[in-house]
Amino acid sequence: MNCRSEVLEVSVEGRQVEEAMLAVLHTVLLHRSTGKFHYKKEGTYSIGTVGTQDVDCDFIDFTYVRVSSDELDRALRKVVGEFKDALRNSGGDGLGQMSLEFYQKKKSRWPFSDECIPWEVWTVKVHVVALATEQERQICREKVGEKLCEKIINIVEVMNRHEYLPKMPTQSEVDNVFDTGLRDVQPYLYKISFQITDALGTSVTTTMRRLIKDTLAL
Amino acid sequence: METDLNSQDRKDLDKFIKFFALKTVQVIVQARLGEKICTRSSSSPTGSDWFNLAIKDIPEVTHEAKKALAGQLPAVGRSMCVEISLKTSEGDSMELEIWCLEMNEKCDKEIKVSYTVYNRLSLLLKSLLAITRVTPAYRLSRKQGHEFVILYRIYFGEVQLNGLGEGFQTVRVGTVGTPVGTITLSCAYRINLAFMSTRQFERTPPIMGIIIDHFVDRPYPSSSPMHPCNYRTAGEDTGVTYPSVEDSQEVCTTSFSTSPPSQCVFTVTKAHFQTPTPVVTDTLRVPVAGLAFSHQLSSSRLSYQPAALGVGSADLAYPVVFAAGLNATHPHQLMVPGKEGGIALAPNQPTHGAQADQERLALYTPSDGAHCMATPSSSEDTETVSNSSEGRASPHDVLETIFVRKVGAFVNKPINQVTLTSLDIPFAMFAPKNLELEDADPMVNPPESPETESPLQGSLHSDGSSGGSNSNAHDDFVMIDFKPAFSKDDILPMDLGTFYREFQNPPQLSSLSIDIGAQSMAEDLDSLQEKLAVHEKNVREFDAFVETLQ
Repeated sequence: MNCRSEVLEVSVEGRQVEEAMLAVLHTVLLHRSTGKFHYKKEGTYSIGTVGTQDVDCDFIDFTYVRVSSDELDRALRKVVGEFKDALRNSGGDGLGQMSLEFYQKKKSRWPFSDECIPWEVWTVKVHVVALATEQERQICREKVGEKLCEKIINIVEVMNRHEYLPKMPTQSEVDNVFDTGLRDVQPYLYKISFQITDALGTSVTTTMRRLIKDTLAL
Repeated sequence: METDLNSQDRKDLDKFIKFFALKTVQVIVQARLGEKICTRSSSSPTGSDWFNLAIKDIPEVTHEAKKALAGQLPAVGRSMCVEISLKTSEGDSMELEIWCLEMNEKCDKEIKVSYTVYNRLSLLLKSLLAITRVTPAYRLSRKQGHEFVILYRIYFGEVQLNGLGEGFQTVRVGTVGTPVGTITLSCAYRINLAFMSTRQFERTPPIMGIIIDHFVDRPYPSSSPMHPCNYRTAGEDTGVTYPSVEDSQEVCTTSFSTSPPSQCVFTVTKAHFQTPTPVVTDTLRVPVAGLAFSHQLSSSRLSYQPAALGVGSADLAYPVVFAAGLNATHPHQLMVPGKEGGIALAPNQPTHGAQADQERLALYTPSDGAHCMATPSSSEDTETVSNSSEGRASPHDVLETIFVRKVGAFVNKPINQVTLTSLDIPFAMFAPKNLELEDADPMVNPPESPETESPLQGSLHSDGSSGGSNSNAHDDFVMIDFKPAFSKDDILPMDLGTFYREFQNPPQLSSLSIDIGAQSMAEDLDSLQEKLAVHEKNVREFDAFVETLQ
């Protein structure tokens, strides 16, 4: 099975980077999270409830919906913050991208480590612009808000195709498919990485890769 | 037809579709309440959360939805539609969106009802949550209150998209295939938000600077049972009791199985249970009049006119939103459940109770002034008391002013034709009140440090002074550092300011000046006889000409 890949591009002002990325990542994770599984006898399981909350952006005329999980929010904010700092410090053209990858673990025999097989990758390319006047910033607020609306519609469209999703796992396999480390929700296993690119789209020598995992084990 | 579907599956599927429809309506209406929605995740399943999503059930909305469905389910040709519209305090209304839950004939026989369909319906609800925040009506609904409210109406049957104006756009939220058909959820929304009111030319300009918050008792058309996106607090006696949810709600306790599909275990139990009152705070937010936010009719697709933010003064004269003018506030706002924290604001609206009307105005009696609360700690919709230092919130809100019926800046209109109090401009109170006092008016003779003036003062100046019918009087004034609005400091000799000065006072028409005029009048009178004679001679030509026109 191939990994499907979706790419989104946004052009934002420096202070809008965080919120734009969080909006996109949270929207994707909203669709890719379920309630906590509770396995019962005979291989049946029940699913917990996922709550949602609206988040208003401070620098963009936009509101997005995220799952009500502070842990997940913190994890995302952490990595997005690092991305923002990297963008700022790179001093380049302000181009970068973040990747949200959903994967499945496949157990391998010892001594080989587990394989991570991605099944969906979302890439968000960011272009940071610098604006001079307050009026331009106001226009940018609106424009970026509209752009994000379009991105959300794109994301929903992809989600709606009902393409491959990992099979629901048995209790022993659940950690190979889902991230069970959170208290209140259970997203599919994911990892987020980012890159700062130069104008040609290639990684600069100081490429930074970070892996984030929510599970406390690791 | 459905021989493949056993009766248990069929029953389950019907139940899923029914509750999906009810939840869809809840999500849509709650998204238009004007408030941020927040529900909690729960790791242990309570059994009452359909589709594993925490979506509150507002009893009134459920009641309306059930009434519209009348025991039926969406089927081919019978769609469930939620219409979202806007109603101004003037009584003008406009449809904004139609959300349609449709069913078509394309069946997916292979799909597993209890598992795949259920999960996909859950995913579709999540998509709906995301999409409802993305259409233009969302931002409108967040700003509703004083001058307009958002109403919803549920109907079942044929989708009617006529009210959305030209060029409406459609967004598809998603589809889910089932063995009996494919469920499709989509939204058609208006993009042409120009508000066409035929009354706009008949009304006199409203009085500015006065917050009008009396109510006009408007009879609502009984044909369209619109409802405000409204929420009833617990414990209020409304006189209309809705069947409480617990009587008819069915519980879905689903267990899923990881074993092969043939052994799929799925239990749905019907249980009566006490639906906990939705955990919304008891306080209601009363939209506070007099804030600059109240005239926002904003949409991401509308252009805005930047307005100067003056010193944060609550009694700014602010432009009228709708060309139709603004007279009375609309009573039914979005009684929004109170927000967290914030400042208690005094309500200055008398009872809404007057408008019970046919609209089932659930029950808000603002005489419970004590309830009125608050404001968001972070959201931007209320307190834009034009504190320009507020940062992102207030400039955003005040800037989104549209359809302003202004006496334009630079309009050369004699000032006595326009009542100053009705000048539709910011800072109208500062506008020159009297031509004779223009000498002393600081607006006309700007003080030494003009940089502190807001750019609009320049325009006000020209507005006031250009209206002088004694245009010659302006030659007596010497402009010092006249800064016209919207002009940059350019180095060109012919800059905007020079342009103003030169062309502010056009020369009088020669026929109107007394000395020359008198003479020419006399001459005209004399030559009149000759002219008449000439015309009479050519009368046939004139007639022929007129014939060609007919």
